[in-house]
Amino acid sequence: MSSSPSGFHPTIAVFKFASCDGCQLSLLDCEDELLALAGAVRIANFQEMSRATIEGPYDIAFVEGSITTSHDLERLQRIRATSTTLITIGACATAGGIQALRNFADVQEYTAVVYPRPEFIRTLATSTPIAEHVRVDFELRGCPINRHQLLEVITAALAGRRPAVPRHSVCAECKQRGTTCLLVAGATPCLGPVTQAGCGAICPAVGRGCYGCYGPAEAANPSALGDRLLAGGMAPADVTRWFRTFNSAAPVFTKESLRHDPQRQR
Amino acid sequence: MPDLFPQPGGDGGAGSKPARVVDRAGLDAVIRSLQSRGYRTVGPTVRDRAISLAEISGVADLPQGWHDSQSPGSYRLTPGADLEIFGWAVGADSVKRQLLPPREVVWRAGAQDLVPHEEPAAGLAPLALVGVRPCEVAALGILDRVLGGGRVTDPRYASRREGLFICTVECGSPASTCFCTSMGTGPGAESGFDLAMTEIVEEDDPRYLVRVGSDRGAAVLDEVESQPATLRDEAARQEVLARARTRMGHGVVTEGLPELLERNLENPRWDQVASRCLSCGNCTQVCPTCFCVSVEDITDLAGTVERRRRWASCFEVGHSYIHGGAVRPTTRSRYRQWATHKLGTWHAQFGTSGCVGCGRCIAWCPVGIDLREEVSAIRASDGMRALAPRPGGG
Repeated sequence: MSSSPSGFHPTIAVFKFASCDGCQLSLLDCEDELLALAGAVRIANFQEMSRATIEGPYDIAFVEGSITTSHDLERLQRIRATSTTLITIGACATAGGIQALRNFADVQEYTAVVYPRPEFIRTLATSTPIAEHVRVDFELRGCPINRHQLLEVITAALAGRRPAVPRHSVCAECKQRGTTCLLVAGATPCLGPVTQAGCGAICPAVGRGCYGCYGPAEAANPSALGDRLLAGGMAPADVTRWFRTFNSAAPVFTKESLRHDPQRQR
Repeated sequence: MPDLFPQPGGDGGAGSKPARVVDRAGLDAVIRSLQSRGYRTVGPTVRDRAISLAEISGVADLPQGWHDSQSPGSYRLTPGADLEIFGWAVGADSVKRQLLPPREVVWRAGAQDLVPHEEPAAGLAPLALVGVRPCEVAALGILDRVLGGGRVTDPRYASRREGLFICTVECGSPASTCFCTSMGTGPGAESGFDLAMTEIVEEDDPRYLVRVGSDRGAAVLDEVESQPATLRDEAARQEVLARARTRMGHGVVTEGLPELLERNLENPRWDQVASRCLSCGNCTQVCPTCFCVSVEDITDLAGTVERRRRWASCFEVGHSYIHGGAVRPTTRSRYRQWATHKLGTWHAQFGTSGCVGCGRCIAWCPVGIDLREEVSAIRASDGMRALAPRPGGG
């Protein structure tokens, strides 16, 4: 079994808030590297893998999910206090996730429709990213995250270097793999120009416009893209929907979705 | 500057050989002859709704009948029934990908063996480019100055460039986004090639006037059945080029351009373009002369270290990161950097403009920002300053 080249065997813990578990499962999806990974780190808390847990403190906490209850908020603060490095993984943890659609609606109305006894539901009015509540050392984007990027973050931590996780747009990945631009070729709307890379531009490569799973790229200009989508014939309400999927609570996506929202809520 | 890659053509040597004419079978024979000499032949093909460069086995792989229509932010490729093979302007793909690949490993070192292993640049047969436009050849000339033999030589670029065979095709069908006439890079081919073709399609008889630019070009052409070019052939060639010049989009006034840009760093037009700019970096990715790369050292769980490099862009915030932050923190400052470098400071740095007028940055900008219009707006408002000083520079 290989061990960390630096001799540093960090204790790793995985925690979940409002989320689907898909991002933490990316860790188990590292099939070829899993044994080497298990040799290089001590996995202290990872309930999708084992019920056996080790008490903190932890060197690295991976946090998945968004904050939707006051109980979650208290639990998050305890995790932060016992972890040296806190890394958020996935769109829920970094931008509120799809459940942040509640931020544009009335949660009481939702609970009344969904639950037979809504009075038992204790929930916040919003779904918010982890970084709104505690200090976050690194955010790994995606819905779900890319396991290669997850491994890159872990191996970078072991080597004490910066992870090579670029913050530029999906366009760079399309151009690198030679995919013809869907917007320019008039094929279909695409969020690639404002979305952070990391997925490898998989959707445009099969002729589907980018859905924006990785949230806003650095320096993204969503209003320029919103205007472009309108000019291409998209209805304003649809522009709002395009910016309200997995990363709707990312501030620049929120802003652009509200610009075209007929109800202009929140 | 040391002449690392001698630029053949127009030098009174091989370039003074009289032009020949081949038919379509002759063009196919040129490709086969290159293959028999050990070249990988790469030329224009239709892939994924666009013209892009790929390996070709013969003339049948070339995009016969395909034509494009381009405007700012728009590219459409449509099939036709005619016999033209080269009836289009450039697609997003350029020769840059062939010589400076988007991603590559520079070296690897093992955990036990910390001596870096230099990765061979290609390990492949030498490359012959067939059917690339004169603006592409001009872009190679610019990349040569930057990476091939100026103050710094990139050995990976140089090893790919060495032995490169270029069979260019003069341009008879530029797009509205093209402005090579402004930049002096087309539509005709002057130098930098081994062979230069002009496609002449009159009725049902496509033929190719071929000029020789080097001894090895002459050797290839000698193997192929050809006729001496007549005055009528030469007149037909001139007609193709004249038609191309009239089909060109509007140009850029290049006179005094570096100075114009230098004295307009605070022109409010930069704010205006920044509000439209997506900051996506597409212009730099499709530009055949944007050469910036980012180098990343990657470790894995076994302790192997890999140094990789990938295409980078001055539109990335991290591109100008030095201690404490990015020197160019705003889209305004990054767009300005790109445009003023490409058209202005490139002259001082490398002795030429960085732009060949291929128009890719115009067509492939998803919001259709037109570099030509930005330049003419700056010229029209020459000397105007931004209204207020900007905190934090940019």
